[in-house]
Amino acid sequence: MSTASPRAPGSIERRYRLLYKPLLFIACLVPLAWCVAGVLALPVPTLGADPPRKVLGILGHTALNLLLITLTVTPLRQLTGNAHLLRLRRMLGVFAFSYALLHFITYIGAIQGFSWSLIVKDIYKRPYITIGFAALLLLLPLALTSTNGMMRRLKRRWQSLHRLIYLIAILGVWHYWWQVKKDIREPLVYAGLLAVLLGWRLWRRRRATSKSASPTAPGTT
Amino acid sequence: MPIRPAAAIRPSEITAERFFHMRRDVLAGALGLAAASVLPRGARGAAPVTPAAALKYTRNARYSVADKPNSYEDITSYNNFYEFGVDKSDPAANAGTLHPRPWSVTIAGEAAVTGTFTIEDILKPHPLEERIYRHRCVEAWSMVIPWVGFPLADLLQRFQPTSRAKYVEFTTLLDPKQMPGQRRAVLEWPYVEGLRIDEAMHPLALMVVGVYGRELPNQNGAPLRVHLPWKYGFKSAKSIVRIRFTERQPANTWALSSPGEYGFYANVNPKVDHPRWTQATERHIGDGFLAGRRETLLFNGYADQVASLYQGMDLRRYF
Repeated sequence: MSTASPRAPGSIERRYRLLYKPLLFIACLVPLAWCVAGVLALPVPTLGADPPRKVLGILGHTALNLLLITLTVTPLRQLTGNAHLLRLRRMLGVFAFSYALLHFITYIGAIQGFSWSLIVKDIYKRPYITIGFAALLLLLPLALTSTNGMMRRLKRRWQSLHRLIYLIAILGVWHYWWQVKKDIREPLVYAGLLAVLLGWRLWRRRRATSKSASPTAPGTT
Repeated sequence: MPIRPAAAIRPSEITAERFFHMRRDVLAGALGLAAASVLPRGARGAAPVTPAAALKYTRNARYSVADKPNSYEDITSYNNFYEFGVDKSDPAANAGTLHPRPWSVTIAGEAAVTGTFTIEDILKPHPLEERIYRHRCVEAWSMVIPWVGFPLADLLQRFQPTSRAKYVEFTTLLDPKQMPGQRRAVLEWPYVEGLRIDEAMHPLALMVVGVYGRELPNQNGAPLRVHLPWKYGFKSAKSIVRIRFTERQPANTWALSSPGEYGFYANVNPKVDHPRWTQATERHIGDGFLAGRRETLLFNGYADQVASLYQGMDLRRYF
């Protein structure tokens, strides 16, 4: 993994393309495979007595997990100095969006039984659903602009647009927190992790600006 | 390989089918017990460790709905019983620590006969009957359950409530050793619930000791629970250790915890939504993945029998 490796730089690229990325792809599909297997073979013990609720939970949890993992890539890169990790970020982000979308589709079909009036009412009347829906809508432009072509075309604006991910993650955790009936332990863990991930960025930025602003900093003229 | 003639089997060596199954039950029971003693708490499966004892009962068709009951598996693996954890699969996994025998129930308050009675004394005079009831959770899901029990009124009358007994309060066991969920203050323990005396005396109010013809599994509220089919499930107290007759309306746990979301009456009502979700429809456990929702009925379909209890009351206010 070290850049000081005597191997040609191309070999690391190859390893990511042929090994790490396909492995990550398969790992990201596991929760979906669990749901699909459970639904197709109903009734199965894996999903319990209430498959719609279980599938909704699995998809929602996975979306939230992937969002937080996506946000871990940058701190991890900064801590380890391994820039190659960035190659995995897009896949994680697109999977987070896909799971959020599947979570919403499950809500529409399996929980609300395609009752559109009920769904529309829920979205504007129930705050936790409003928040979750907003997070999904905000994820859409990020997923659509995740291609290399879009990155090139949007240039600097691409980065500003993709900073929306911070807001989306906050909305995602909030959505989870508000739908829990009583036991907030799990949402609290998510909120804590998100606070660390966002706090890390704020701390880095502060340090960077204070360093560059300081007249006594060595190496500045 | 030489082919041997089939050995002659004497009729006395053939095991009758009923004995064959008995042997399997014994083995399954022994395996279950062995597993229970080896596995750590929580590692046990959703299935009851030992087969619950069969009960003697008669069917009460008059108080049974025609709907198809949910499977035993659904009824005993999908439970809200926060004393064993907040997840619906937690009670089946964790309720092995509850000891439904020996058990005693304290009768207190505005009644001529009070004191502490063994579960045997409580149950002895009551012939058991099976009633297939609709069950509607406040979370907007429903089941159909073949309970075994007896009218709550028959039990309450034995203690001769006085004219000051306007309400009845039920208290669930408080013992964090037996109920590990009570180690955390998710709710205020012990769980308490209450009914107006006329609700408690209604012939539909059932004291439950079994399901599907067998003794209640721990996760369903063994050894003694009530079921009030026209009310949301949280009104039906489980693993009851105390019944108190009161003059004033008793507090109930969920209303204490979130007064804006849960009330004292908690009658199933499609017109009064929960603040966070609709109560107009429900998801029926056991329906297909994309089966959609069913209409929720006023008083869960028991309006003919119970609506008169609430005549003149604003059901929006007394939700």
